[in-house]
Amino acid sequence: MKRLNGIRLPFRKSTDHKPIVPLRTPRKVRIPMLMHKGSPCVPIVGEGDLVTVGQLIGDAAQPDAVPIHASVSGVVSSVSDISLDGQTFVPCIEILADKEQLLSPDCKPVTVTTKEELIDAVRKSGCVGLGGSGDATFQKLSAAESFDLLILNGAECEPFLSADCRLMTESPQDIIAGAELLMKILKIKEVRIGITEDKVTAIKLLSDICSTKKGIDVCPLPAVYPQGAEKVIVFHTCGRIIPDHQTAADQKILVLNVSTCAFIYQYTQTGIPLTEKTVTVSGNAVRKPGNYRVPIGTPVMNLLEAASCDLEAMNLLLNGSVMTGTCIRDLDMPVLRQQNGLTAVKKYKAPQKSPCFRCGKCLRVCPMRLNPMMLEQAYIQQDLRALERLHVSACINCGSCSYICPAHRPLAATNQRAKEILPENREGNAS
Amino acid sequence: MKKLTVHPSPLTNTKNSTFQIMFCVIAALMPTAICGCFQFGLDAVMVLLATTGTAVLTEIIWQTLFGKQLTAPDGSAAVTGLILGLCLPPSFPVYWAAAGSAFAIIVVKQLFGGIGKNFANPALTAKTLLMLLFMQEMHTWTFPDGHTEVITETAELTQQKSFWDLMLGNTPGCIGHICAAGIILGGVFLILKGIISPAAPAAFIGSFALLSLIAGDSLTLRLLSGSLLFCAVFAATDYTTTPVTVTGKTVFGIGCGCLSYFISRYGGYADGSVLAVLIMNLFVPLIDRITAPRVFGSEIPRSSENQ
Repeated sequence: MKRLNGIRLPFRKSTDHKPIVPLRTPRKVRIPMLMHKGSPCVPIVGEGDLVTVGQLIGDAAQPDAVPIHASVSGVVSSVSDISLDGQTFVPCIEILADKEQLLSPDCKPVTVTTKEELIDAVRKSGCVGLGGSGDATFQKLSAAESFDLLILNGAECEPFLSADCRLMTESPQDIIAGAELLMKILKIKEVRIGITEDKVTAIKLLSDICSTKKGIDVCPLPAVYPQGAEKVIVFHTCGRIIPDHQTAADQKILVLNVSTCAFIYQYTQTGIPLTEKTVTVSGNAVRKPGNYRVPIGTPVMNLLEAASCDLEAMNLLLNGSVMTGTCIRDLDMPVLRQQNGLTAVKKYKAPQKSPCFRCGKCLRVCPMRLNPMMLEQAYIQQDLRALERLHVSACINCGSCSYICPAHRPLAATNQRAKEILPENREGNAS
Repeated sequence: MKKLTVHPSPLTNTKNSTFQIMFCVIAALMPTAICGCFQFGLDAVMVLLATTGTAVLTEIIWQTLFGKQLTAPDGSAAVTGLILGLCLPPSFPVYWAAAGSAFAIIVVKQLFGGIGKNFANPALTAKTLLMLLFMQEMHTWTFPDGHTEVITETAELTQQKSFWDLMLGNTPGCIGHICAAGIILGGVFLILKGIISPAAPAAFIGSFALLSLIAGDSLTLRLLSGSLLFCAVFAATDYTTTPVTVTGKTVFGIGCGCLSYFISRYGGYADGSVLAVLIMNLFVPLIDRITAPRVFGSEIPRSSENQ
């Protein structure tokens, strides 16, 4: 089968053999009310309230919101506003942790038998796309009447990140159990687990378990970036093409991150909602990179200290990794529930851009076979027809074009801006 | 509060840069340039220095005058100047060579918007202009024994030459065209470095060789003499003025090969490759449009208007 294009990146996975270490409970956590794609939650606790681990503190008032739970037990010290992107503000609940760390009495094992119960349970668990997307998982499950294929995304092909790799190595049985649960309830016959071929141990462990399970297969993916993007992983695991303007759900395919799948299983077993997250702390400013499990809302500073980060030299801090991560503006920011990595880079210098000289490298690396060079021209000229003719909407924002460009043009960022000016998105009916 | 960078993703990039690519092209041009300088001595050195120096200076002056971003340090002007110099005979007047170089930079490159925007190869356009203006100087050849002679039928120059004479540059001709081995060395270097795709040169040389075979010409003489090899390796692979996809490059190469053959066989101009590349330059937007790959997941081919 022909593979989609991509780039060979230095993966720098120095943490992939480092076990997940739970970090000491922080003195305080800050939990923003928007840690998913959709509307923010509404705080239902106030200053001075006592909360326990797993207690609901953010109510999903809007149908597209995912509830948020306390990640530590203690006392709510304030409810204030926080800005995660530097533009919009959302409420944020700050909790001072106590010594006991009591579990909420609401946390009881959940039995699910029907699709409706599953969707309801997944929503109540606060589950979002844990691979970094933050998509509301319950919406994914309800996006199609029925699914005929479940694809578990264990690609994790960005540099530095290894949280999913560790999960696949340390608790592969949870992933398989989650897959079996989803198969049973959603009546899915086939499951494919896509893992890049450089994760030898993870592939072996999962293949061993799968050999006795019917319908679950491990698909090694090329160790090329990007693999985890929905359209790419669907094509590389089952050869099916998702048409432009469609999602995997339109093709009756459910794509979930391996950690999301494992979490759904763990939730049905324990009833503890999403309160903890494994984060790979890495980057060249970090002296002791590793995988840490922390309560959601832990200040990133705690993680940086645990990994002995060179704070003096660090000038770039990323939620995620270097290809699709977003910049963290200050060290007070909390760890989000969809966050899988914290990458601290020292002495980062944004390259100076120079004129395009049509080398065509961006065309050769684009997995969607777009023409970033011409898209940039069309955007500069604000030529909407050309943007549509060149299928700008098919861009998956993997950043390969910007990465490879010898003139260092911000091609991927331009594509995102170009998508925003398309009439279909301006009218506000983007779904 | 510590200041952290805020920038859209991705936040990493290749170490490749425009300068690095241009530097490699200059390095690839060195074997043939050095061979030319050995063969023709100081004359050749002067011509090369004049064209390269003028190209860089002209670009700096132009961009300073009009307050544009200074792109001369990226080396592209030096490449243009050097290629023009290598396409001139060693005895060509140095000042006119410099003038040609300025023409290439200002008229062909900068007036169209600078690097990446010109549609015709600047060096080859300038060479063609000089060819039209200085018929005699452009056909004054320096022979290995040192004497110069005006010969307009370029094909006659190399008729008595052996394979090794042509490979190693023991023949009259343009500074950069005589040493086939040097050109091939440069081409292999660029292909191995991943800077040029072998598609265009292979299609260029291949189609030319095929037509020569059909016509029953001497392949050695046809392929190794004149500007064919040089144009195939260094002009038909210029990023800006050739198609971007491999299919496009192949079409472009075949077009160049066929045109070169027909121009040299039926036209009055023995050295057809330069003109062939220039003519094919005009077809690049069309080739790019037709050979555009289909976007993954799109039903409608990108090249067609859907409204």
